[in-house]
Amino acid sequence: MREHPTGLRDKRMTADEVVGELDDGMTIGIGGWGSRRKPMSLVKALLRSPAKDLTVVSFGGPDVGLLCAAGMVRRVVCGFVSLDSIPYDPWFQRARQDGLVEAREYDEGMVVAGLRAAGQRLPFLPIRAGLGSDVMRWNPDLRTVRSPYGNAEELVAMPALRLDAALVHLNRADPHGNAAYLGPDPYFDDLFCLAAARRYVSCERIVSTEELRKEAPAQALLLNRMMVDGVVEAPGGARFTSCAPDYGRDEELQKEYAAAAKDPDGAWPAFYERFLEAA
Amino acid sequence: MSAPPATRAEVCVAACAALFAGDGEILASPMGLIPSLGARLARLTGEPDLLLSDGEAHLLGTDGEVEGWLPYRRVFDVVASGRRHVVMGANQLDRHGNQNISCIGPHDRPTRQLLGVRGAPGNTVNHRTSYWVPRHSPRVFVPAVDAVSGVGHDRGFHHVHRVVTNLAVLDFGGPDHTMRLLSTHPGVAVEEVRAQTGFELVVEGAGVTRVPTERELGLLRAELDPQARRDREVP
Repeated sequence: MREHPTGLRDKRMTADEVVGELDDGMTIGIGGWGSRRKPMSLVKALLRSPAKDLTVVSFGGPDVGLLCAAGMVRRVVCGFVSLDSIPYDPWFQRARQDGLVEAREYDEGMVVAGLRAAGQRLPFLPIRAGLGSDVMRWNPDLRTVRSPYGNAEELVAMPALRLDAALVHLNRADPHGNAAYLGPDPYFDDLFCLAAARRYVSCERIVSTEELRKEAPAQALLLNRMMVDGVVEAPGGARFTSCAPDYGRDEELQKEYAAAAKDPDGAWPAFYERFLEAA
Repeated sequence: MSAPPATRAEVCVAACAALFAGDGEILASPMGLIPSLGARLARLTGEPDLLLSDGEAHLLGTDGEVEGWLPYRRVFDVVASGRRHVVMGANQLDRHGNQNISCIGPHDRPTRQLLGVRGAPGNTVNHRTSYWVPRHSPRVFVPAVDAVSGVGHDRGFHHVHRVVTNLAVLDFGGPDHTMRLLSTHPGVAVEEVRAQTGFELVVEGAGVTRVPTERELGLLRAELDPQARRDREVP
Protein backbone atom coordinates (compact mmCIF):
# COMPACT_ATOMS: atom_id res chain seq x y z
CA MET A 1 0.00 0.00 0.00
CA ARG A 2 1.51 3.25 -1.11
CA GLU A 3 1.28 6.49 0.78
CA HIS A 4 -0.38 9.32 -1.09
CA PRO A 5 1.03 12.90 -0.80
CA THR A 6 -2.04 13.79 1.27
CA GLY A 7 -1.15 11.08 3.80
CA LEU A 8 -4.23 9.06 2.90
CA ARG A 9 -3.74 5.53 1.70
CA ASP A 10 -3.26 5.15 -2.04
CA LYS A 11 -5.28 2.09 -3.04
CA ARG A 12 -4.52 2.08 -6.74
CA MET A 13 -3.72 -1.34 -8.13
CA THR A 14 -3.99 -3.34 -11.35
CA ALA A 15 -6.75 -5.79 -12.23
CA ASP A 16 -4.24 -8.64 -12.07
CA GLU A 17 -3.17 -7.54 -8.58
CA VAL A 18 -6.83 -7.68 -7.52
CA VAL A 19 -7.18 -11.21 -8.84
CA GLY A 20 -3.92 -12.14 -7.09
CA GLU A 21 -5.69 -11.46 -3.78
CA LEU A 22 -8.52 -13.91 -4.56
CA ASP A 23 -8.45 -17.61 -3.76
CA ASP A 24 -10.12 -20.75 -5.06
CA GLY A 25 -13.43 -21.52 -3.43
CA MET A 26 -14.17 -17.91 -2.53
CA THR A 27 -17.61 -16.32 -2.60
CA ILE A 28 -17.37 -13.35 -4.94
CA GLY A 29 -20.03 -10.69 -5.37
CA ILE A 30 -20.15 -8.93 -8.73
CA GLY A 31 -21.89 -5.55 -8.99
CA GLY A 32 -24.03 -4.07 -11.75
CA TRP A 33 -27.33 -5.48 -12.96
CA GLY A 34 -27.91 -7.82 -15.91
CA SER A 35 -25.87 -6.38 -18.75
CA ARG A 36 -25.34 -3.03 -17.04
CA ARG A 37 -22.18 -1.64 -15.43
CA LYS A 38 -20.52 -4.99 -14.91
CA PRO A 39 -16.83 -4.86 -13.83
CA MET A 40 -15.81 -6.64 -17.03
CA SER A 41 -12.11 -5.69 -16.83
CA LEU A 42 -11.89 -7.32 -13.41
CA VAL A 43 -13.88 -10.31 -14.69
CA LYS A 44 -11.45 -10.62 -17.62
CA ALA A 45 -8.50 -10.61 -15.22
CA LEU A 46 -10.26 -13.36 -13.26
CA LEU A 47 -10.78 -15.30 -16.50
CA ARG A 48 -7.02 -15.13 -17.20
CA SER A 49 -6.29 -16.62 -13.75
CA PRO A 50 -6.47 -20.27 -12.66
CA ALA A 51 -9.31 -19.54 -10.18
CA LYS A 52 -11.79 -22.36 -9.56
CA ASP A 53 -14.72 -23.50 -7.40
CA LEU A 54 -16.06 -19.97 -7.07
CA THR A 55 -19.43 -19.08 -5.66
CA VAL A 56 -20.68 -16.05 -7.59
CA VAL A 57 -23.34 -13.73 -6.17
CA SER A 58 -24.70 -11.50 -8.91
CA PHE A 59 -27.67 -9.81 -10.48
CA GLY A 60 -26.43 -11.93 -13.31
CA GLY A 61 -25.36 -10.92 -16.78
CA PRO A 62 -22.44 -11.87 -19.03
CA ASP A 63 -20.16 -11.89 -15.96
CA VAL A 64 -21.84 -15.10 -14.86
CA GLY A 65 -21.91 -16.56 -18.37
CA LEU A 66 -18.19 -15.93 -18.96
CA LEU A 67 -17.11 -17.38 -15.62
CA CYS A 68 -19.28 -20.45 -16.30
CA ALA A 69 -17.71 -20.75 -19.76
CA ALA A 70 -14.29 -20.84 -18.13
CA GLY A 71 -15.42 -23.58 -15.74
CA MET A 72 -14.56 -21.46 -12.71
CA VAL A 73 -17.96 -21.51 -11.04
CA ARG A 74 -19.31 -24.12 -8.66
CA ARG A 75 -22.37 -22.20 -7.54
CA VAL A 76 -24.31 -19.16 -8.69
CA VAL A 77 -26.40 -17.22 -6.17
CA CYS A 78 -28.87 -15.12 -8.12
CA GLY A 79 -32.41 -14.17 -8.98
CA PHE A 80 -31.76 -14.25 -12.72
CA VAL A 81 -29.10 -14.29 -15.40
CA SER A 82 -29.93 -12.17 -18.46
CA LEU A 83 -28.27 -10.01 -21.08
CA ASP A 84 -31.29 -7.62 -20.95
CA SER A 85 -31.64 -6.96 -24.70
CA ILE A 86 -31.01 -10.70 -25.21
CA PRO A 87 -33.12 -12.59 -22.65
CA TYR A 88 -30.85 -15.56 -21.88
CA ASP A 89 -27.11 -16.01 -21.46
CA PRO A 90 -26.23 -19.11 -23.52
CA TRP A 91 -23.25 -20.10 -21.36
CA PHE A 92 -25.21 -19.99 -18.13
CA GLN A 93 -28.00 -21.96 -19.80
CA ARG A 94 -25.56 -24.64 -20.95
CA ALA A 95 -23.80 -24.84 -17.59
CA ARG A 96 -27.16 -25.33 -15.86
CA GLN A 97 -28.51 -27.78 -18.42
CA ASP A 98 -25.31 -29.84 -18.28
CA GLY A 99 -25.46 -29.86 -14.48
CA LEU A 100 -22.09 -28.11 -14.19
CA VAL A 101 -23.17 -25.32 -11.83
CA GLU A 102 -25.49 -25.29 -8.88
CA ALA A 103 -28.01 -22.43 -8.77
CA ARG A 104 -28.99 -21.00 -5.40
CA GLU A 105 -31.96 -19.19 -6.82
CA TYR A 106 -33.70 -16.47 -4.84
CA ASP A 107 -36.15 -13.68 -5.59
CA GLU A 108 -34.19 -10.54 -6.58
CA GLY A 109 -35.44 -8.76 -3.47
CA MET A 110 -34.22 -11.65 -1.33
CA VAL A 111 -30.71 -11.22 -2.77
CA VAL A 112 -30.88 -7.52 -1.84
CA ALA A 113 -32.04 -8.46 1.68
CA GLY A 114 -29.22 -11.01 2.00
CA LEU A 115 -26.60 -8.43 1.01
CA ARG A 116 -28.09 -5.87 3.41
CA ALA A 117 -28.06 -8.40 6.26
CA ALA A 118 -24.40 -9.19 5.59
CA GLY A 119 -23.49 -5.49 5.51
CA GLN A 120 -25.32 -4.88 8.77
CA ARG A 121 -23.75 -7.94 10.47
CA LEU A 122 -27.22 -9.45 10.94
CA PRO A 123 -27.83 -13.20 10.58
CA PHE A 124 -30.88 -12.55 8.41
CA LEU A 125 -33.47 -9.97 7.39
CA PRO A 126 -37.19 -10.70 7.15
CA ILE A 127 -38.92 -10.40 3.78
CA ARG A 128 -42.22 -11.55 2.29
CA ALA A 129 -40.72 -12.58 -1.02
CA GLY A 130 -40.24 -16.31 -1.45
CA LEU A 131 -43.27 -17.47 0.56
CA GLY A 132 -45.30 -20.00 -1.39
CA SER A 133 -42.81 -20.17 -4.27
CA ASP A 134 -40.40 -22.94 -5.23
CA VAL A 135 -37.54 -20.80 -3.90
CA MET A 136 -38.44 -22.35 -0.53
CA ARG A 137 -38.32 -25.88 -2.00
CA TRP A 138 -35.01 -25.38 -3.84
CA ASN A 139 -33.29 -23.88 -0.79
CA PRO A 140 -34.32 -26.27 1.99
CA ASP A 141 -32.06 -24.48 4.46
CA LEU A 142 -34.26 -21.36 4.18
CA ARG A 143 -36.25 -20.72 7.33
CA THR A 144 -39.22 -18.52 8.12
CA VAL A 145 -39.81 -16.41 11.23
CA ARG A 146 -43.00 -15.17 12.83
CA SER A 147 -43.39 -11.53 13.71
CA PRO A 148 -43.21 -11.07 17.49
CA TYR A 149 -45.74 -8.25 17.04
CA GLY A 150 -49.39 -8.05 16.04
CA ASN A 151 -50.68 -10.83 13.89
CA ALA A 152 -47.54 -12.99 14.04
CA GLU A 153 -47.17 -12.80 10.25
CA GLU A 154 -44.89 -15.46 8.79
CA LEU A 155 -41.91 -14.05 6.87
CA VAL A 156 -38.88 -15.49 5.14
CA ALA A 157 -35.66 -15.13 7.17
CA MET A 158 -33.30 -14.35 4.30
CA PRO A 159 -29.82 -15.34 5.52
CA ALA A 160 -26.92 -12.90 5.20
CA LEU A 161 -25.02 -13.29 1.92
CA ARG A 162 -21.49 -12.75 3.20
CA LEU A 163 -18.92 -12.20 0.48
CA ASP A 164 -15.20 -12.89 0.55
CA ALA A 165 -14.73 -10.25 -2.14
CA ALA A 166 -16.76 -7.71 -4.09
CA LEU A 167 -15.96 -6.52 -7.61
CA VAL A 168 -17.78 -3.40 -8.84
CA HIS A 169 -17.35 -0.83 -11.60
CA LEU A 170 -18.19 2.86 -11.21
CA ASN A 171 -17.66 5.91 -13.38
CA ARG A 172 -15.11 7.82 -11.29
CA ALA A 173 -13.01 7.17 -8.21
CA ASP A 174 -10.18 8.84 -6.36
CA PRO A 175 -7.03 6.91 -5.36
CA HIS A 176 -8.39 6.40 -1.85
CA GLY A 177 -11.60 4.58 -2.78
CA ASN A 178 -14.21 7.31 -2.85
CA ALA A 179 -16.25 6.54 -5.95
CA ALA A 180 -19.18 7.97 -7.89
CA TYR A 181 -21.77 6.67 -10.31
CA LEU A 182 -22.73 9.26 -12.93
CA GLY A 183 -25.57 7.33 -14.55
CA PRO A 184 -29.14 7.18 -13.30
CA ASP A 185 -28.96 3.97 -11.24
CA PRO A 186 -26.51 3.01 -8.47
CA TYR A 187 -27.69 -0.62 -8.76
CA PHE A 188 -26.52 -2.39 -5.56
CA ASP A 189 -22.78 -1.82 -5.73
CA ASP A 190 -22.66 -0.23 -2.27
CA LEU A 191 -24.40 -3.24 -0.77
CA PHE A 192 -21.92 -5.60 -2.43
CA CYS A 193 -19.04 -3.64 -0.90
CA LEU A 194 -20.67 -3.53 2.54
CA ALA A 195 -21.26 -7.29 2.44
CA ALA A 196 -17.66 -8.17 1.49
CA ALA A 197 -14.42 -8.74 3.38
CA ARG A 198 -12.34 -7.33 0.49
CA ARG A 199 -13.74 -4.65 -1.82
CA TYR A 200 -12.40 -3.74 -5.25
CA VAL A 201 -13.72 -0.98 -7.48
CA SER A 202 -12.71 -0.44 -11.07
CA CYS A 203 -13.61 2.85 -12.71
CA GLU A 204 -13.51 4.67 -16.01
CA ARG A 205 -11.08 7.24 -14.63
CA ILE A 206 -9.18 7.77 -11.39
CA VAL A 207 -9.24 11.46 -10.53
CA SER A 208 -8.18 13.54 -7.55
CA THR A 209 -10.66 13.95 -4.72
CA GLU A 210 -10.99 17.57 -5.76
CA GLU A 211 -11.85 16.63 -9.34
CA LEU A 212 -14.25 13.93 -8.13
CA ARG A 213 -16.11 16.62 -6.18
CA LYS A 214 -16.41 18.71 -9.33
CA GLU A 215 -17.61 15.86 -11.54
CA ALA A 216 -20.14 14.27 -9.23
CA PRO A 217 -22.75 15.70 -6.85
CA ALA A 218 -22.18 14.50 -3.29
CA GLN A 219 -25.19 12.19 -3.41
CA ALA A 220 -23.64 10.33 -6.37
CA LEU A 221 -20.62 9.36 -4.24
CA LEU A 222 -21.93 5.83 -3.70
CA LEU A 223 -18.76 4.42 -2.14
CA ASN A 224 -16.58 6.07 0.45
CA ARG A 225 -13.03 4.98 1.18
CA MET A 226 -13.88 2.83 4.19
CA MET A 227 -15.92 0.64 1.82
CA VAL A 228 -13.03 0.05 -0.62
CA ASP A 229 -9.68 -1.78 -0.47
CA GLY A 230 -8.49 -1.44 -4.04
CA VAL A 231 -9.06 0.98 -6.94
CA VAL A 232 -8.35 0.00 -10.54
CA GLU A 233 -8.40 2.43 -13.45
CA ALA A 234 -10.10 0.63 -16.32
CA PRO A 235 -11.35 2.89 -19.13
CA GLY A 236 -14.07 1.00 -20.95
CA GLY A 237 -13.96 -1.41 -18.04
CA ALA A 238 -17.64 -2.34 -18.22
CA ARG A 239 -17.74 -3.06 -21.96
CA PHE A 240 -19.74 -4.64 -23.59
CA THR A 241 -22.19 -3.89 -20.80
CA SER A 242 -23.41 -0.33 -20.35
CA CYS A 243 -21.78 2.37 -18.22
CA ALA A 244 -24.01 5.42 -18.54
CA PRO A 245 -23.26 8.20 -19.25
CA ASP A 246 -19.74 7.26 -20.40
CA TYR A 247 -21.09 4.72 -22.91
CA GLY A 248 -24.10 2.57 -23.64
CA ARG A 249 -24.19 -1.17 -24.07
CA ASP A 250 -22.23 -2.37 -27.11
CA GLU A 251 -25.16 -4.29 -28.59
CA GLU A 252 -23.13 -5.51 -31.57
CA LEU A 253 -20.43 -7.00 -29.37
CA GLN A 254 -23.03 -8.49 -27.05
CA LYS A 255 -24.75 -10.12 -30.04
CA GLU A 256 -21.40 -11.50 -31.12
CA TYR A 257 -20.83 -12.85 -27.61
CA ALA A 258 -24.23 -14.53 -27.49
CA ALA A 259 -23.87 -16.00 -30.98
CA ALA A 260 -20.37 -17.33 -30.24
CA ALA A 261 -21.57 -18.69 -26.91
CA LYS A 262 -24.15 -20.77 -28.77
CA ASP A 263 -21.36 -22.27 -30.86
CA PRO A 264 -18.79 -23.41 -28.28
CA ASP A 265 -16.80 -25.62 -30.65
CA GLY A 266 -16.95 -23.20 -33.58
CA ALA A 267 -16.99 -19.44 -33.15
CA TRP A 268 -16.32 -19.35 -29.39
CA PRO A 269 -12.52 -19.91 -29.09
CA ALA A 270 -11.66 -17.13 -31.54
CA PHE A 271 -14.21 -14.75 -30.01
CA TYR A 272 -12.99 -15.51 -26.51
CA GLU A 273 -9.34 -14.92 -27.36
CA ARG A 274 -10.16 -11.61 -29.02
CA PHE A 275 -12.44 -10.61 -26.15
CA LEU A 276 -9.82 -11.30 -23.47
CA GLU A 277 -7.13 -9.37 -25.34
CA ALA A 278 -9.27 -6.26 -25.82
CA ALA A 279 -8.68 -3.69 -23.10
CA MET B 1 -64.68 8.97 -42.47
CA SER B 2 -64.24 6.36 -39.78
CA ALA B 3 -60.91 4.78 -38.81
CA PRO B 4 -60.04 1.22 -39.90
CA PRO B 5 -61.41 -1.37 -37.45
CA ALA B 6 -59.28 -2.44 -34.50
CA THR B 7 -56.63 -5.09 -35.12
CA ARG B 8 -56.14 -8.04 -32.79
CA ALA B 9 -53.10 -6.31 -31.30
CA GLU B 10 -55.17 -3.21 -30.57
CA VAL B 11 -57.82 -5.30 -28.82
CA CYS B 12 -55.01 -6.80 -26.71
CA VAL B 13 -53.64 -3.35 -25.83
CA ALA B 14 -57.09 -2.16 -24.73
CA ALA B 15 -57.51 -5.34 -22.66
CA CYS B 16 -54.15 -4.62 -21.01
CA ALA B 17 -55.24 -1.03 -20.37
CA ALA B 18 -58.36 -2.36 -18.65
CA LEU B 19 -56.16 -4.33 -16.23
CA PHE B 20 -55.32 -1.07 -14.47
CA ALA B 21 -58.91 0.11 -14.03
CA GLY B 22 -59.39 1.39 -10.50
CA ASP B 23 -55.69 1.18 -9.61
CA GLY B 24 -55.28 4.91 -8.95
CA GLU B 25 -51.94 6.37 -7.88
CA ILE B 26 -49.71 3.29 -7.97
CA LEU B 27 -46.73 2.14 -10.02
CA ALA B 28 -47.76 0.27 -13.16
CA SER B 29 -44.98 -2.12 -14.21
CA PRO B 30 -45.82 -3.59 -17.59
CA MET B 31 -43.29 -6.03 -19.05
CA GLY B 32 -43.21 -6.08 -22.84
CA LEU B 33 -44.62 -3.94 -25.63
CA ILE B 34 -48.36 -4.73 -25.51
CA PRO B 35 -48.70 -4.32 -21.72
CA SER B 36 -46.61 -1.12 -21.89
CA LEU B 37 -48.86 0.37 -24.53
CA GLY B 38 -51.82 -0.74 -22.41
CA ALA B 39 -50.53 1.02 -19.31
CA ARG B 40 -49.82 4.22 -21.23
CA LEU B 41 -53.26 4.07 -22.84
CA ALA B 42 -54.83 3.57 -19.40
CA ARG B 43 -53.07 6.67 -18.14
CA LEU B 44 -54.33 8.73 -21.08
CA THR B 45 -57.90 7.55 -20.54
CA GLY B 46 -59.40 6.37 -17.23
CA GLU B 47 -56.35 6.15 -14.94
CA PRO B 48 -54.47 9.46 -15.15
CA ASP B 49 -52.81 8.97 -11.73
CA LEU B 50 -50.81 5.85 -12.66
CA LEU B 51 -47.02 6.13 -12.31
CA LEU B 52 -44.88 4.71 -15.10
CA SER B 53 -41.16 4.07 -15.34
CA ASP B 54 -38.94 4.30 -18.41
CA GLY B 55 -37.55 0.83 -17.68
CA GLU B 56 -34.33 2.44 -16.47
CA ALA B 57 -34.28 4.58 -13.35
CA HIS B 58 -36.85 7.30 -14.08
CA LEU B 59 -40.54 7.88 -13.64
CA LEU B 60 -41.94 9.55 -16.73
CA GLY B 61 -44.92 11.89 -16.73
CA THR B 62 -47.64 11.92 -19.36
CA ASP B 63 -45.55 14.42 -21.36
CA GLY B 64 -42.71 11.90 -21.54
CA GLU B 65 -40.50 14.00 -19.26
CA VAL B 66 -38.91 12.83 -15.99
CA GLU B 67 -41.11 13.29 -12.93
CA GLY B 68 -39.28 11.05 -10.49
CA TRP B 69 -36.32 8.80 -9.66
CA LEU B 70 -36.88 5.06 -9.44
CA PRO B 71 -33.66 3.06 -9.48
CA TYR B 72 -33.95 -0.70 -8.91
CA ARG B 73 -33.47 -0.39 -5.17
CA ARG B 74 -36.56 1.82 -4.95
CA VAL B 75 -38.55 -0.58 -7.08
CA PHE B 76 -38.07 -3.18 -4.33
CA ASP B 77 -39.32 -0.66 -1.78
CA VAL B 78 -42.42 -0.08 -3.89
CA VAL B 79 -42.94 -3.84 -4.25
CA ALA B 80 -42.86 -4.24 -0.46
CA SER B 81 -45.21 -1.27 -0.01
CA GLY B 82 -47.81 -2.96 -2.19
CA ARG B 83 -48.44 0.13 -4.34
CA ARG B 84 -47.75 -1.60 -7.63
CA HIS B 85 -49.45 -3.63 -10.35
CA VAL B 86 -47.08 -5.71 -12.46
CA VAL B 87 -47.89 -7.36 -15.77
CA MET B 88 -45.38 -10.16 -16.25
CA GLY B 89 -44.81 -12.71 -18.97
CA ALA B 90 -44.99 -16.43 -18.34
CA ASN B 91 -43.29 -19.44 -19.87
CA GLN B 92 -45.87 -21.58 -18.06
CA LEU B 93 -49.09 -20.80 -16.17
CA ASP B 94 -51.43 -23.20 -14.39
CA ARG B 95 -55.14 -22.91 -13.56
CA HIS B 96 -54.38 -21.43 -10.13
CA GLY B 97 -52.18 -18.69 -11.56
CA ASN B 98 -48.83 -20.21 -10.61
CA GLN B 99 -46.27 -18.87 -13.08
CA ASN B 100 -42.91 -20.21 -14.25
CA ILE B 101 -40.14 -18.07 -15.75
CA SER B 102 -37.31 -20.03 -14.12
CA CYS B 103 -36.66 -23.34 -15.85
CA ILE B 104 -38.21 -26.31 -17.64
CA GLY B 105 -37.55 -29.70 -16.08
CA PRO B 106 -35.99 -30.40 -12.68
CA HIS B 107 -34.34 -27.40 -11.04
CA ASP B 108 -31.10 -29.18 -10.17
CA ARG B 109 -30.54 -29.92 -13.84
CA PRO B 110 -33.12 -28.26 -16.06
CA THR B 111 -33.78 -29.32 -19.63
CA ARG B 112 -34.07 -25.61 -20.38
CA GLN B 113 -32.77 -22.80 -18.22
CA LEU B 114 -34.95 -19.70 -18.50
CA LEU B 115 -34.54 -16.28 -16.81
CA GLY B 116 -34.75 -17.34 -13.18
CA VAL B 117 -37.51 -16.37 -10.74
CA ARG B 118 -36.53 -12.65 -10.98
CA GLY B 119 -38.94 -10.63 -8.82
CA ALA B 120 -41.93 -12.92 -9.37
CA PRO B 121 -42.07 -14.48 -5.86
CA GLY B 122 -41.96 -11.03 -4.25
CA ASN B 123 -44.37 -9.43 -6.69
CA THR B 124 -47.04 -12.07 -6.23
CA VAL B 125 -47.04 -11.98 -2.42
CA ASN B 126 -46.96 -8.18 -2.22
CA HIS B 127 -49.23 -6.68 -4.84
CA ARG B 128 -51.57 -7.17 -7.74
CA THR B 129 -50.14 -9.22 -10.60
CA SER B 130 -51.43 -9.83 -14.12
CA TYR B 131 -49.92 -11.79 -16.99
CA TRP B 132 -49.54 -11.21 -20.71
CA VAL B 133 -49.20 -14.24 -22.98
CA PRO B 134 -48.62 -13.33 -26.64
CA ARG B 135 -49.07 -16.95 -27.86
CA HIS B 136 -51.92 -18.71 -26.10
CA SER B 137 -51.03 -22.41 -26.31
CA PRO B 138 -51.03 -25.65 -24.28
CA ARG B 139 -47.27 -25.20 -23.90
CA VAL B 140 -47.92 -22.12 -21.76
CA PHE B 141 -51.24 -23.10 -20.14
CA VAL B 142 -50.17 -26.32 -18.45
CA PRO B 143 -51.76 -28.59 -15.81
CA ALA B 144 -48.78 -28.02 -13.50
CA VAL B 145 -45.84 -25.62 -13.84
CA ASP B 146 -42.33 -27.07 -13.61
CA ALA B 147 -41.25 -24.29 -11.24
CA VAL B 148 -43.36 -21.91 -9.17
CA SER B 149 -41.82 -18.46 -9.72
CA GLY B 150 -44.97 -16.35 -9.36
CA VAL B 151 -47.30 -17.65 -6.65
CA GLY B 152 -50.88 -18.61 -7.54
CA HIS B 153 -54.16 -18.54 -5.65
CA ASP B 154 -53.91 -22.12 -4.31
CA ARG B 155 -50.77 -21.25 -2.36
CA GLY B 156 -52.60 -18.86 -0.12
CA PHE B 157 -51.26 -15.52 -1.20
CA HIS B 158 -52.13 -12.40 -3.04
CA HIS B 159 -54.21 -11.33 -5.92
CA VAL B 160 -53.45 -12.66 -9.36
CA HIS B 161 -55.75 -10.38 -11.27
CA ARG B 162 -56.08 -11.37 -14.90
CA VAL B 163 -54.37 -12.97 -17.86
CA VAL B 164 -54.50 -11.30 -21.28
CA THR B 165 -53.49 -13.39 -24.30
CA ASN B 166 -53.60 -13.04 -28.07
CA LEU B 167 -56.92 -14.94 -27.95
CA ALA B 168 -58.71 -14.01 -24.76
CA VAL B 169 -58.96 -12.41 -21.33
CA LEU B 170 -59.08 -14.72 -18.31
CA ASP B 171 -59.45 -14.23 -14.58
CA PHE B 172 -59.56 -16.46 -11.50
CA GLY B 173 -63.29 -16.36 -10.83
CA GLY B 174 -63.76 -20.13 -11.25
CA PRO B 175 -64.34 -22.50 -8.31
CA ASP B 176 -61.59 -22.07 -5.66
CA HIS B 177 -60.09 -19.19 -7.62
CA THR B 178 -59.30 -21.25 -10.70
CA MET B 179 -58.89 -19.79 -14.15
CA ARG B 180 -62.03 -18.72 -15.95
CA LEU B 181 -62.56 -17.42 -19.45
CA LEU B 182 -63.81 -13.87 -19.15
CA SER B 183 -63.97 -12.99 -22.84
CA THR B 184 -62.67 -14.08 -26.20
CA HIS B 185 -61.33 -11.48 -28.58
CA PRO B 186 -63.62 -10.67 -31.55
CA GLY B 187 -63.34 -13.47 -34.10
CA VAL B 188 -62.02 -16.07 -31.64
CA ALA B 189 -64.24 -19.06 -30.80
CA VAL B 190 -64.49 -20.36 -27.24
CA GLU B 191 -63.53 -23.78 -28.61
CA GLU B 192 -60.26 -22.39 -29.96
CA VAL B 193 -59.31 -21.05 -26.52
CA ARG B 194 -60.24 -24.40 -24.95
CA ALA B 195 -58.13 -26.27 -27.50
CA GLN B 196 -55.15 -24.01 -26.81
CA THR B 197 -55.40 -24.43 -23.03
CA GLY B 198 -53.83 -27.49 -21.40
CA PHE B 199 -56.38 -27.77 -18.60
CA GLU B 200 -60.13 -27.60 -18.13
CA LEU B 201 -61.28 -24.01 -18.30
CA VAL B 202 -64.46 -22.56 -16.85
CA VAL B 203 -66.10 -20.90 -19.86
CA GLU B 204 -69.70 -20.33 -18.74
CA GLY B 205 -70.78 -16.75 -19.16
CA ALA B 206 -67.76 -15.71 -21.26
CA GLY B 207 -68.36 -12.64 -23.41
CA VAL B 208 -66.51 -10.87 -26.17
CA THR B 209 -63.56 -8.59 -25.40
CA ARG B 210 -64.34 -4.92 -25.74
CA VAL B 211 -63.18 -3.28 -28.96
CA PRO B 212 -61.21 -0.07 -28.33
CA THR B 213 -63.10 3.17 -28.85
CA GLU B 214 -62.24 5.53 -31.69
CA ARG B 215 -60.52 7.81 -29.19
CA GLU B 216 -58.40 4.92 -27.87
CA LEU B 217 -57.52 3.86 -31.41
CA GLY B 218 -56.58 7.43 -32.24
CA LEU B 219 -54.26 7.72 -29.25
CA LEU B 220 -52.69 4.36 -29.93
CA ARG B 221 -52.17 4.91 -33.65
CA ALA B 222 -51.14 8.55 -33.64
CA GLU B 223 -49.34 9.01 -30.29
CA LEU B 224 -48.34 5.81 -28.55
CA ASP B 225 -47.27 3.52 -31.38
CA PRO B 226 -47.23 5.29 -34.74
CA GLN B 227 -44.86 2.61 -36.14
CA ALA B 228 -47.50 -0.06 -35.37
CA ARG B 229 -44.96 -2.27 -33.61
CA ARG B 230 -47.96 -3.81 -31.81
CA ASP B 231 -49.16 -5.46 -35.00
CA ARG B 232 -45.84 -7.24 -35.42
CA GLU B 233 -46.01 -8.65 -31.89
CA VAL B 234 -49.58 -9.88 -32.32
CA PRO B 235 -50.34 -10.50 -36.00
